[in-house]
Amino acid sequence: MGLSRNVSLWTGLRYKGQGPYLTFILHRIGGLGMGIFVTTHILSSYLGGQVGLFLNSVYENWAFQIFIFFCALFHAINGLRITILDLFPKLIEHEHEAIWIEWAVFLPVFGVAALVIVMTGLGG
Amino acid sequence: MNNPKSRTLPLSERGMTFEILMWYFTRLSALAMYALILFGLIGALVMGARNQMNFADVMRWAFMPNVTHIQSTNVPELAPWTTLFWKAVAGALLLVASAHGVHGLVVIADDYFAGAGARKIVRLLSVVMLVSVGAIGLYIIWTS
Repeated sequence: MGLSRNVSLWTGLRYKGQGPYLTFILHRIGGLGMGIFVTTHILSSYLGGQVGLFLNSVYENWAFQIFIFFCALFHAINGLRITILDLFPKLIEHEHEAIWIEWAVFLPVFGVAALVIVMTGLGG
Repeated sequence: MNNPKSRTLPLSERGMTFEILMWYFTRLSALAMYALILFGLIGALVMGARNQMNFADVMRWAFMPNVTHIQSTNVPELAPWTTLFWKAVAGALLLVASAHGVHGLVVIADDYFAGAGARKIVRLLSVVMLVSVGAIGLYIIWTS
């Protein structure tokens, strides 16, 4: 049994889910990013050797650090928002305000950290 | 919304199936990870991290309190960081995080595989992944 959506790719790309949809898809990207990172990190620690050294050089690259920090920080803050709203369902009506608060916390923290990572990565 | 009432159905009236149990687990394990990471952070500060480690190293320890994560710092004595207690905290964080993560992968996979057979394969693979990653991770924590 295949999955039939009756929605073209173009329609999907133009989907106007807006704020909540953006957090939904970024939560998935963040979770997948961390899942792949943690799994390969555990395996490379276990295996060691050339594979471990290569993967460690990837993890120490500043571009990767910005990506994985984005994954972890966004997933953590967005996950806390989901947890609070889900465990107290009456708060769901304030979902949009909660998402604005979430961005207000995320952007400065991520911005400062990303700046430090780039400055260090470029020889600071 | 066709059925606005369903959006605020009290948690106590939603019944309890395996899927709902895992729905709770995902949210409660998120809180547990917050608690464990905060615990690791406070533990590092108590053990002297504020003079011997930079903030990035403190956070690396907090996210996984395993001794290999502080070997490149100025911590003079590794013994307090390698106790059974910290191995237990690291093991708990590993198991909670991998169960949370593997269940998340199943939720994502279910959006792309709707057939009963495919979903069964996804669940089988998820159990294999959880057991193998959990076992290898615990082995690393225990022997490092």
